[in-house]
Amino acid sequence: MDWRAFEISLALAFWTLAVLVPLSTLIARALAWRRFPGRGLVEALVALPLVLPPTVLGFYLLESFSADSLLGGFYQSVTGELLAFSFQGLLLASVIFNLPFAVQPIQRSFEAIQPNIREAAWVSGLSNWSTFWRIELPLAWPGFVSALALTFAHTLGEFGVVLMVGGNIAGETRTAAIAIYDRVQAFDNAAAAQMSAVLLLLSIVAISVVNLTARRQRRSRG
Amino acid sequence: MRPEPDSRRTGPRYTPSRRHLLISAAVVASAAALCGTPARAAESPLVAAASSLQFALPEIVHLFERETGRSVRVTFGSSGNLMRQIIQGAPFELFLSADESYTRALAARGLAPGEGKIFAQGRLVLFAASGSALKVDADMTGVGAALGAGKLRRFSIANPEHAPYGMRAREVLRHKGLWEKIKSRLLLGENVSQAAQFAATPGADGGLIAYSIAITPNFAKRGRSALIPSAWHAPLNQTMLLLNPAEETARAFHSFVGSAEAQAILARYGFTIPSPQ
Repeated sequence: MDWRAFEISLALAFWTLAVLVPLSTLIARALAWRRFPGRGLVEALVALPLVLPPTVLGFYLLESFSADSLLGGFYQSVTGELLAFSFQGLLLASVIFNLPFAVQPIQRSFEAIQPNIREAAWVSGLSNWSTFWRIELPLAWPGFVSALALTFAHTLGEFGVVLMVGGNIAGETRTAAIAIYDRVQAFDNAAAAQMSAVLLLLSIVAISVVNLTARRQRRSRG
Repeated sequence: MRPEPDSRRTGPRYTPSRRHLLISAAVVASAAALCGTPARAAESPLVAAASSLQFALPEIVHLFERETGRSVRVTFGSSGNLMRQIIQGAPFELFLSADESYTRALAARGLAPGEGKIFAQGRLVLFAASGSALKVDADMTGVGAALGAGKLRRFSIANPEHAPYGMRAREVLRHKGLWEKIKSRLLLGENVSQAAQFAATPGADGGLIAYSIAITPNFAKRGRSALIPSAWHAPLNQTMLLLNPAEETARAFHSFVGSAEAQAILARYGFTIPSPQ
């Protein structure tokens, strides 16, 4: 059993959430309530990783991470390190391929908030910021729980993009999903079976969390 | 007395839900802080190794760790794929290739301070799983007969585009005049380890795989194999190359692979050891 790989998967999942939750909140809120030019385009771009083959995403990311590309070159000139085959590169990829899993549930739950509730808050003298904290967030929390669970599970499970961009480097980019593939190739089925069982369990927990919050949300809405 | 408030009208409860949210945020933040990003500098050097070394190399690494107290981290793959990753900047310090053309290409691109060194020679075997009806012989008459009778459905080799054992398997099949007929029946492994994996499954009738994999007890018990004459293909020169980022530990491991102890392990896994020049 490759515990280091699980550590990397968990670190990747938590960092992805740490970056993605604030980012998705901004995007989801704008998509739910603002009408701006190019809104449809933004919505389509956010959904794109859902339908894009992981190898296509992996190919473009790998290209843009290389030292002679704009992004990869900029990163290297600032940090002195290469973005491809590094944990940081993996994190950036993870944020991109998880965008729809985080933004969409949050956006749906913002959209479900009646406009008159927010208007009532403003009329009562609440600032935009306190309206957000006291009214919007508490009403939208089931969307956040879904986003957390889906992003977490999806980060743990993503394979194609991680293999292409990360390159199966022990202690750096070898996540649990990659380690399972690696163990199968080494005919170490016992380790592969153990790690698969852990990932299966985590996925069941994640999907239960999503279903339970969805049910609670339905019940509370009546 | 006031009537009980209608839960429908008041909507979701506010306080617990906000607490819930703050708690999850706190959990995420603290866990992220605890995990940290994996540090690169403090860890042992990265070695890229051909899949044919999947079983012999861990033993060599183990011995190296015991004798020096230092360690290396190995990534296995097809030599061509690993070469591509090295060109794209993957932080490997040492490359153990199954074919010398790849190490030569890397040296020519200025990605290595010196030249590659041949440390062993690989061999191919014809393998069929216990359940397969394929006749396993070094002359490959069984494969030819099964192919002629339309009884060969799936035959596994490593991808000849980027895996040296796959290229040599193609050369062997061409040498025997079987290539054109067998082409449409091939299962292509991403590397020779996966090709062996495929060959050992009930879905495949057999395959041409690395002797160094077929010889391991765990694999040998899954079927029968026959050693293919090395004259039928270009040599599988296992070549090691120190890359530009190589530091002391990688250099020490490089010389250790050439040591008598490591060479004895390689010989045990069916590699032919080159005679000292």
